[in-house]
Amino acid sequence: MFVINCPYCGERDQSEFSCGGEAHIVRPKQPTELSDDEWAEYLFMRKNIKGVQFERWNHTHGCRKWFNMVRDTSNDKIHAVYKMGEKPPVI
Amino acid sequence: MTKYRINKTRFVDQTKNVSFTFDGKKYHGFEGDTLASALLSNGIHLVGRSFKYHRPRGIMSCGSEEPNAICQINDNTDLTEPNVRATEIELYEGLKASSQNCWPSRHFDIGGINNLISQFIPAGFYYKTFMWPKSFWKKIYEPLIRLSAGLGKSPTQPDPEIYDHKHEHCDVLVIGGGISGIISAKIAAQNNLKTILIEDKNILGGSTIYQNNKNFIIDNQKSNEWLMNEISELEKLDNLIIKTRTSLAAFHSYNYLLAKENISDHLPLDKKNGNIRQRLWKIRADKVIVAAGAIERPLIFNNNDRPGIILANSVKKYLDFYGVSTGLNNIIFTNNDSAYETAVSLFEKGISVKIVDIRKKSSSNIVKNAEDLGIKIYWHSTVVNTFGYKKIKSIEIMNLSEDGSNVTGNKRKIQCDCLSISGGWTPMVHMHTQSGGKLDFREIDQVFVPSEKSENHINVGSCNGDFELEEIFKNTNNKVKKFLNINESGFDKISVLCSKELEKKNIWLLPNTISEGKTKSFIDFQNDSTAKDIKLALREGFKSIEHVKRYTTTGMATDQGKLSNMHALGIIADTAGVKMGTLGTTTFRPPFTPLTFGAIVGRSVGKFFDVVRKTSIHEWHVQNNAKFENVGQWKRPWYYPINNENLHEAVQRESKTARDSAGILDASTLGKIDIQGSDASEFLNRVYTNAWSKLGIGKCRYGLMLNEDGMVYDDGVTTRLGENHYLMTTTTGGAANVLSKLEDYLQTEWPELDVYLTSVTDHYSTASICGPNSKKILKKLFPNKDFSDEAFPHMSYQDAIIDKIECRIMRISFTGELSYEINIESKYGKSLWENCIKAGEEYKITPYGTETMHLLRAEKGFIIVGQDTDGTMTPIDLQMDWIVSKKKYDFIGKRSLYRSDTIRDDRKQLVGLLTDDPNEILEEGAQIVSELDKKRVEMIGHVTSSYFSPNLNKSIALAVVKGGKKMKGQKLFVPMENKNINVTVSDFIFLDKENKKINA
Repeated sequence: MFVINCPYCGERDQSEFSCGGEAHIVRPKQPTELSDDEWAEYLFMRKNIKGVQFERWNHTHGCRKWFNMVRDTSNDKIHAVYKMGEKPPVI
Repeated sequence: MTKYRINKTRFVDQTKNVSFTFDGKKYHGFEGDTLASALLSNGIHLVGRSFKYHRPRGIMSCGSEEPNAICQINDNTDLTEPNVRATEIELYEGLKASSQNCWPSRHFDIGGINNLISQFIPAGFYYKTFMWPKSFWKKIYEPLIRLSAGLGKSPTQPDPEIYDHKHEHCDVLVIGGGISGIISAKIAAQNNLKTILIEDKNILGGSTIYQNNKNFIIDNQKSNEWLMNEISELEKLDNLIIKTRTSLAAFHSYNYLLAKENISDHLPLDKKNGNIRQRLWKIRADKVIVAAGAIERPLIFNNNDRPGIILANSVKKYLDFYGVSTGLNNIIFTNNDSAYETAVSLFEKGISVKIVDIRKKSSSNIVKNAEDLGIKIYWHSTVVNTFGYKKIKSIEIMNLSEDGSNVTGNKRKIQCDCLSISGGWTPMVHMHTQSGGKLDFREIDQVFVPSEKSENHINVGSCNGDFELEEIFKNTNNKVKKFLNINESGFDKISVLCSKELEKKNIWLLPNTISEGKTKSFIDFQNDSTAKDIKLALREGFKSIEHVKRYTTTGMATDQGKLSNMHALGIIADTAGVKMGTLGTTTFRPPFTPLTFGAIVGRSVGKFFDVVRKTSIHEWHVQNNAKFENVGQWKRPWYYPINNENLHEAVQRESKTARDSAGILDASTLGKIDIQGSDASEFLNRVYTNAWSKLGIGKCRYGLMLNEDGMVYDDGVTTRLGENHYLMTTTTGGAANVLSKLEDYLQTEWPELDVYLTSVTDHYSTASICGPNSKKILKKLFPNKDFSDEAFPHMSYQDAIIDKIECRIMRISFTGELSYEINIESKYGKSLWENCIKAGEEYKITPYGTETMHLLRAEKGFIIVGQDTDGTMTPIDLQMDWIVSKKKYDFIGKRSLYRSDTIRDDRKQLVGLLTDDPNEILEEGAQIVSELDKKRVEMIGHVTSSYFSPNLNKSIALAVVKGGKKMKGQKLFVPMENKNINVTVSDFIFLDKENKKINA
């Protein structure tokens, strides 16, 4: 169980958080103008990287805030946490 | 004293007698004994039978690696415990233990026949044999295998013991209380670091605490005496917590560790009562120092499993720690120097001892010591066979060929009553690898050692591959100082002298004159896998160590292969002609030693198992005989039986009364979300399928929420309380998820919206009154209010006051009847409810539960999300096209409603079903077919809701059926186990299609 540094609350046990999958997938502004394939790309396709991955996390049992996290999925090392809307760090 | 208790030690109090029983017979031991040492002191080696061949087996070790001496403790139905290692359980007055896996007794075991037919039951025997005929599996093979499988017996009654959990944080956690752990803990604690030292035995000191050999000197004292002083110094340190009888179970990432403390397992029965039995420590440590030690390896030769064959260092511990001799005529069989310490100890106690060593010579001090004492050593020799069925009687040895690959010369037979074996040492790298660490292979010692990359944990002592006392001492001191950023320690200037091993040799599978197929050279003693099995697996094409392990079951017993894994790897490497380091190891998974279920669940048992949520009206329901249903964590009234009514009778009565006069439902559990902000209307537009901008203040609207994939996610009525203020209701089970989903969109996709969400589910209680007389009841409750359809129309809300308390009245309906929902602050919920019941008395108002609610809404064809939908239904599938806005540019899930898959007209669609026999009630979940004659028929749908409607006097059902929209009037079939039910597809609104009742 890792320790996550919530950008709003500080360090807390992982059990307070839930993972929301890949980060920086922006919901299309005009979905109705997309083809089935383009919409499916947004809807279903997610990366599953062994290594450094950008993820969305939610402090479910805390401040309920969503934020982004850069985690190496091969060893759970957390490289960075940053708020929604902030620019992703270069790792 | 018994014949085998030959030595007085400070660890066993020979003035305190402890009696216990083993297999029903009474024996004596002393305080400080383990069950194993007490048995050995009584001359008992045979403790059970092996798993597969039922061969007699004896105590083989003195710790958690023990494969053979696993016992059943206690014989009562609730406290009995199987698979307890006799080497780990401390003796207490009244302990009852028995052997496992033998019948009728450990001395005469019917299963021993397996040993005679063993050549017909090789590895994979079960996989190969019980494949055919297929029909034999269920009735013949499986019951037979189950009868002969398994080790001990599980308790059949609930565990009455108390278990506990505790969270702990520290700067430094030291795992293992041997010499390297003690040095580490002292350095840490003396430098103002909050330190915890855990040790699985009852005292600190590891194997050094009984090392009184003159070849091992620390600070000019014998190593055991030096360590004894260190421990008493250690106990004085303030910021050090020492936890004995505490074993590490798991080492997770980010230095999160679980350790199990035995609190009362070692106490006599009368002192156990009421005590916590075990406590699971959940430790988050800044730094972790692993000093877990090493485990001695056996040697692999023919018949190496007889009772009386014991690991050499364990023989030494029984002698020097417990004062028990494992035999009076010993032979030591070794490939390394450490066993010579055992030989010297035995000799010094006056016990006969000889040594067989596979090496050509050894020039270390300890070997010289043994030679000087005149102990006979057979160099460059190996044991090729052993004799004695229930206890070893003699061995046969032969010389090794020059390269060690074969045996030469004549067999020599030697008598003995104990054979001590030592195949070197295996560092306990389990903790290191559990935490994510990798391993390197060190060729010279044939061991895997930690490859350290983590900044937050280190390995010291023999678990790090340091085997010699001087090396352990110096390396531990230096490494810990560096790890903790400390310049000097009290150990810097202490001198250490020890014997050093210069000649090393290892042969994983010792050679023999007879072919392997005819030998029994055990690798995994508990699962009875032999060298022959490993080679068979390789011949049959298994190459990966993980596959060989599973095929032969090597390392898969309760000891998790602590003694066997390295030999399996070595034999695979030798046979396949590859380097051992390239093979890798099997995965070391937690727990290190088995954990009780009790320790895992702790206090979360019985009523503490899960949170129970009750509405403020709950007590009234209990007093009025409600039967409850669990909806998520909520307890909801299911039905209210009167005069021993069953579910069906109560529901029929409740439903009829609700439609004929009045009914009342506790709807407090529905999720309620308060939505405020200048963009609240826009927000609702985006999350619901229908339009919200034009909803007037004081009006209510039903909304359907989709997932982005177009599937129905939740539904409920939302009320506009003010210009920028809404109250949304959700399904009972979906409340938390809906809030979380809405927050997700607000925070991540639409942060520009000015909207605030607050869960108010628990803040308000809701009484829902329905039926043709509901308006009259409301008038009685609120005499000053105008309830005319003009002043208070359907789908609107008004503020009101009852007993000086503010409340909200919504005129909304989930039953199709004229209906009002009153929301009031939760603390007044029960009082409001009682007022409603009182006002409704003259109309025979009936409280009804979830079952009647489901029936009433089904009559009207209202769906329940999660019952009539399953995450694959679009609003179009549900024939709810009317609620999907065509005008809105976008809402969650809109684009998915015209994907090629969602516009198929053969999707499963919601329909009504009427049984040809109106009294036949379909089973919910039953499958639906359109034809019966073919051998294989396609399932075209299933029943989602089914009831007998007292208001229509017939059975009604909702179902989802492929292409159902176009099937109205068509005959379908619901095949059941012993009959086929004929049904006709109908409209799914069964009652009051014109919606007259709502304004009745």
